[in-house]
Amino acid sequence: MRSETARTRRGHAGTQTATLARGLGVFSIALGLAELLAPRTLTRSLGMEGQERLVQAYGVREIATGVGLLAARDPTPWVWGRVGGDVLDLATLATGLEGDNPRTPHIGIALAAVAGVTALDLYCAKALSGDGSQPRLPLRDYSSRSGFPRHPDAMRGVARDADIPRDFRTPEALRPWT
Amino acid sequence: MKALVWHGKEDIRCEEVPDPRIEEPRDAIIKVTSCAICGSDLHLYNGFVPFMKSGDIMGHECMGEVVEVGPEAKGKLKVGERVVIPFTIICGECEQCRRGNFSVCETTNRNKDLAAKAFGRTTAGLFGYTHLTGGYPGGQAEYLRVPYADRTHIKVPDGLSDEQVLFLSDILPTGWQAAVQCDIQPTDTVAIWGCGPVGQMAIRSAVLLGARQVIAIDRIPERLDMAKAGGAVTINFEEESVVERIEELTKGKGPEKCIDAVGLEAHATATLDSMYDRVKQAMMLESDRAHVLREMMYLCRPAGTLSIPGVYGGLIDKIPFGAVMNKGLTIRTGQTHVNRWTDDLLRRIEQGQIDPTFVITHRVRLEDGPAMYETFRDKKDACVKVVMTP
Ligand SMILES: NC(=O)c1ccc[n+]([C@@H]2O[C@H](COP(=O)([O-])OP(=O)(O)OC[C@H]3O[C@@H](n4cnc5c(N)ncnc54)[C@H](O)[C@@H]3O)[C@@H](O)[C@H]2O)c1
Ligand SMILES: [Zn+2]
Ligand SMILES: [Zn+2]
Repeated sequence: MRSETARTRRGHAGTQTATLARGLGVFSIALGLAELLAPRTLTRSLGMEGQERLVQAYGVREIATGVGLLAARDPTPWVWGRVGGDVLDLATLATGLEGDNPRTPHIGIALAAVAGVTALDLYCAKALSGDGSQPRLPLRDYSSRSGFPRHPDAMRGVARDADIPRDFRTPEALRPWT
Repeated sequence: MKALVWHGKEDIRCEEVPDPRIEEPRDAIIKVTSCAICGSDLHLYNGFVPFMKSGDIMGHECMGEVVEVGPEAKGKLKVGERVVIPFTIICGECEQCRRGNFSVCETTNRNKDLAAKAFGRTTAGLFGYTHLTGGYPGGQAEYLRVPYADRTHIKVPDGLSDEQVLFLSDILPTGWQAAVQCDIQPTDTVAIWGCGPVGQMAIRSAVLLGARQVIAIDRIPERLDMAKAGGAVTINFEEESVVERIEELTKGKGPEKCIDAVGLEAHATATLDSMYDRVKQAMMLESDRAHVLREMMYLCRPAGTLSIPGVYGGLIDKIPFGAVMNKGLTIRTGQTHVNRWTDDLLRRIEQGQIDPTFVITHRVRLEDGPAMYETFRDKKDACVKVVMTP
């Protein structure tokens, strides 16, 4: 336990997950740049012409998330951000399936690809959030560090004599009813 | 002299700097005998607090021996006296000081304009903190210049060790004020988020002030053990649902009083938020900062009180103010009015009601300070509180 935490930050991801998160960051930035700089190429191949502005906005989002992933001390919220972005992407792509879009097969491929990335993002996010990990044990025993001369139950209310200033008192009528 | 100097995010070094001198007639110089690292220092270390400058000397929890006294502080302080220095610099004369609102002293902040721009009005000068609060050199050093020293001190009675009284500078009165702000009634459940040093002191204070039940929330097992030792029922937010456990412990009504002893670097809990919520939080491109505040606002019993010693710097997002308004919650917060509580707390230490040394886990030389910032932040080596001696 001690040696494991000597290198890693307590309660933070192991190196493998951290590497995956960084990889996702680089991927985010690359995809974001493509969306921002060549939106037409994307919309044309998907039969979603006219959506260039949206694609560019998504590009900005990807870049921001990517930078966040690479720069943050704790990438967890940023990976969750990617998961959210994936959901948006999937929803947007799905609208391309409506009507008689001749590029439906392309959209199918894109959907599958995004779904794959979503799975990876989810995996990474869950690993970072520590879901399913073993309960951690105390590194040292502080169970006798009470700071009190007697059992806490015997200390309860010992300071009720404290002179609580008037400006710190809650008016009687506003107190929670218990 | 040697001092711990801030050079940027995660860059604190032990360096040789010029000795402080008396600059104003109310100044005094103390030779620091003990100092500590505070959770607030971590916000500076992590680069969350604006208006820090490279070269700033850290530290606002310290004590020592008076070695020089300015002409206008004479009579109030003598060379050789032992004093604890409160982190809030106070004039003792302005309207706020006279009311005991020391942390918003109207006199001592020498960057009032900057503070007024950020906060609307000025607040007190603080040691070893941002230039928003005066940018006064701090006490993680061999010597400290104490401005307004005739008022800004707590005298240490003979027979008490440094470690017994050091935390009068900040965390003990901070935990105490957090509990006092709750105006605790014998029927109250007080839920405390964060079992760092401030949370630990708040737990003890809530027990002493007579709370029926104290609930403590964190995810670091040894900190939770320490909380339990002080009389709290604990919730590990990484292993159990804070909402469910609090419902259980308060028969579905919520705690009357909630304390945020975490502040702006709160960690998102793994269980409260559905995945959807976490995704949404992240999509706002805001880190999980206001997490504890949101949880408290949601869980607190109607007509209850939120007490917030945890430090915030600027703006926070997605605050469920509807919950606050409709439930009629009271919010009390602030940097601690240290000297308002220290006479009483000193008496309680002398009487043995509380021994604040329980929280100390690491004792090092000042030179080892920079490494201890990381140890404390990352909760390595079961670190809860670091005390340094120059
Ligand atoms: N108001 C004042 O005058 C004053 C004085 C001193 C410190 N502070 C502030 O009090 C706060 C705590 O200080 P500290 O020295 O105890 O620091 P700390 O960093 O040691 O403690 C914070 C604790 O909160 C826990 N935590 C993080 N996210 C949480 C969550 N979502 N739910 C529950 N617990 C969570 C952490 O695990 C840690 O144990 C800081 O913000 C500090 O700046 C304020
Ligand atoms: Zn502090
Ligand atoms: Zn004043």
